[in-house]
Amino acid sequence: MDNRLYMSSSPHIRSGVTTQRLMLDVMIALIPAAFAGIYFFGIRAFVLIAVTVISCVGFEYLARKALKRNNTVGDLSAAVTGLLLALNVPPELPLWMAVVGSFFAIVVVKQLFGGIGQNFVNPALAARAFLIISYGTRMTSWTPPLARAAEIDTATFATPLGALKEGGELPKLIDMFLGNIGGSLGETSALALIIGGIYLLARGVISWHIPVIYVGTVSLFAWIMGPTGMFTGDPLFHILAGGLMLGAIFMATDYTTSPMTTKGMVIYAVGCGILTMLFRLYTNMPEGVSYAILLMNVAVPMIDRYAKPARFGGKAHV
Amino acid sequence: MRIHNFKGGVHPPQAKNTMECSTVSVGVPEKIVIPMTQHIGAPCQVLVKKGDYVKVGQVIGNTEAYISAPVHSSVSGTVTAVDERIISGSKPVVCVEIKPDGLQELSEDIAVPIVDSKESFVKAIRDSGLTGLGGAGFPAHVKLNPPKDTKIDTLIINAAECEPYITSDYRECMENTGDIIEGINHVLKWTGIPRALIGIEDNKPGAIKKLGEAVKDYSHITVHSLKTRYPQGAEKTLIKTLTGREVPPGKLPHDVSCLVMNVASVAFIAEYLKTGMPLIKKRITVDGSAVKIPGNVYALIGTPVKDVFNFCGGFSAEPKKLIMGGPMMGVALYSADLPVMKYTNALLALDEKEGSIPGEYSCIRCGRCVKACPMNLLPFEIDRLVKARLHDDLDKLNIMDCMECGSCVYACPSKRLIVQSIRLGKDILRRAAKK
Repeated sequence: MDNRLYMSSSPHIRSGVTTQRLMLDVMIALIPAAFAGIYFFGIRAFVLIAVTVISCVGFEYLARKALKRNNTVGDLSAAVTGLLLALNVPPELPLWMAVVGSFFAIVVVKQLFGGIGQNFVNPALAARAFLIISYGTRMTSWTPPLARAAEIDTATFATPLGALKEGGELPKLIDMFLGNIGGSLGETSALALIIGGIYLLARGVISWHIPVIYVGTVSLFAWIMGPTGMFTGDPLFHILAGGLMLGAIFMATDYTTSPMTTKGMVIYAVGCGILTMLFRLYTNMPEGVSYAILLMNVAVPMIDRYAKPARFGGKAHV
Repeated sequence: MRIHNFKGGVHPPQAKNTMECSTVSVGVPEKIVIPMTQHIGAPCQVLVKKGDYVKVGQVIGNTEAYISAPVHSSVSGTVTAVDERIISGSKPVVCVEIKPDGLQELSEDIAVPIVDSKESFVKAIRDSGLTGLGGAGFPAHVKLNPPKDTKIDTLIINAAECEPYITSDYRECMENTGDIIEGINHVLKWTGIPRALIGIEDNKPGAIKKLGEAVKDYSHITVHSLKTRYPQGAEKTLIKTLTGREVPPGKLPHDVSCLVMNVASVAFIAEYLKTGMPLIKKRITVDGSAVKIPGNVYALIGTPVKDVFNFCGGFSAEPKKLIMGGPMMGVALYSADLPVMKYTNALLALDEKEGSIPGEYSCIRCGRCVKACPMNLLPFEIDRLVKARLHDDLDKLNIMDCMECGSCVYACPSKRLIVQSIRLGKDILRRAAKK
């Protein structure tokens, strides 16, 4: 018996939480939003999701092989990136562009920096930004949801934030809540995203800090800096419009690119909220969630350096 | 009294399967091995030689060093060997091997100690061989005799027992209630500490009730129910929970006017002052997925652990990992021939499924280790710096504050061996400091 005993440093037991299980939970949490996208934008949405997931997983496999590293497809993180990428782009995006986006996310942003845990910005969001720069027109051509296709003039169709910027007619809040509006594949239905968010909270995958503080900051900013003077804004519109819900619940909470401590998370989420509203109200762009999160991603190492938890016993005792 | 809370911690499965198992004696084994180092501090000098006849309670190892405690024979019999052996860690320690004659003849050394002052009390505790029975093994008389300029206002009795599986302290509370209270009163009387707080996790309502009733007549002793959360029973977290005080980095409990003793230690003090019988046996929980009949046993110090497992019906599956202590902080044993020590409070045998070591995956920066760390460290960052050999940045991370509770490793989804890195990092810093 003796020569077959395992020897190791304590502790000798581990919790059941694994990276794979966490990623699976994120995928489960994204199911409602994916279904809402398919429901509102049709089977093309499903095809797009399938293409990004398969190409992300494929690129992960090939990149690891080319870099002579172990296969990490099994941790499901590439599949999550693929799913998130699809949800962050217009439903009618040409499929080859989606493949280019997947390549950028997995190979350039993730694997060239060392793979899971090493990327300094969110791969799916960086890919989205890359696609906007490369194929601006296709990345900002929005299709109306199927149910409202007949009543809408597709030539001038805009997202709620686009309409706000260009002075078009704003959609009803209930349509914005359910997702019956234009926008990226998975960002339109606040309801579906909130259901997913509650699942992630219940499973302990994320904490409430980033989503709640992010959305809270946006509401406060929107209310204070209203269109007709201070304290006249409509926070609800800004909460439900654009990619805020998807961004606050699923993109800003990405482990690798968000702070490690609660203190850091608060700073990060407030920063995301302020930047989002600065982009929305004071720039040429209608929407700023992805850029706000990408910018705050870059600030994370600095936030982590200053937002360290107080040392136990560091302050004078009673 | 207000119960404070410590930050962090984890909730491993409690697995207190042996709570209702009364303690039974393993008896005298065929061979006894007693190491001269069973405590934190200086090793003892061997006082016997091969061929000597020794009796139960006879001092077989002692030293002039202050931070140390004598070692007694737990059996009567013949010394068959005095040699160096690897027990745990990498340094060999001197051990005395004894072949018991089964008669258990008592030594003439055994005498009820005369205690009439703090000095004689502290001396008696040293003579008893008592070291912290909770697992750390710090000589008890050193704790009981803090530096002159420190004023201690609180005696904390640790009955938290936060490690999974272990129920030996719970059995102490249930089977030895009177001695616990008596021992506390001895300590309070001779050290002049005005009050004692007993801390027990709330997954042991039986012990809370029993001790609560026992302290009814003593207004200066109180029993406190603590939330079940590992590592509630670690010295620093327990002090924080019960008093709100945080022991500063590198300092000891007496720096925040506290003295912490394990519940079995105070019970032993009461027994020793009545009988003069030194520390020669331990109450041990035997459990784990590979143990046939889990339970609580009394084993003589020096009993090979395989005899203890055999007493518990042997193994139900092939044991793949043997642990002395709990699954969170216990030490993996390389052999079943290793002896029961003064600080042994549990012996676990794990099967392949429970005992195998999971592979490490990349850190995903999820922050679970940071949240779990009761000392507010950044475990992932220490792990990264040690593995990347960036040693110069290490001492900025307060690595010496780590008590190696293992909460970070338990919580880690990537199964990183963070505590192993921390131990390595501490060693690197200690070596650097010596240069």
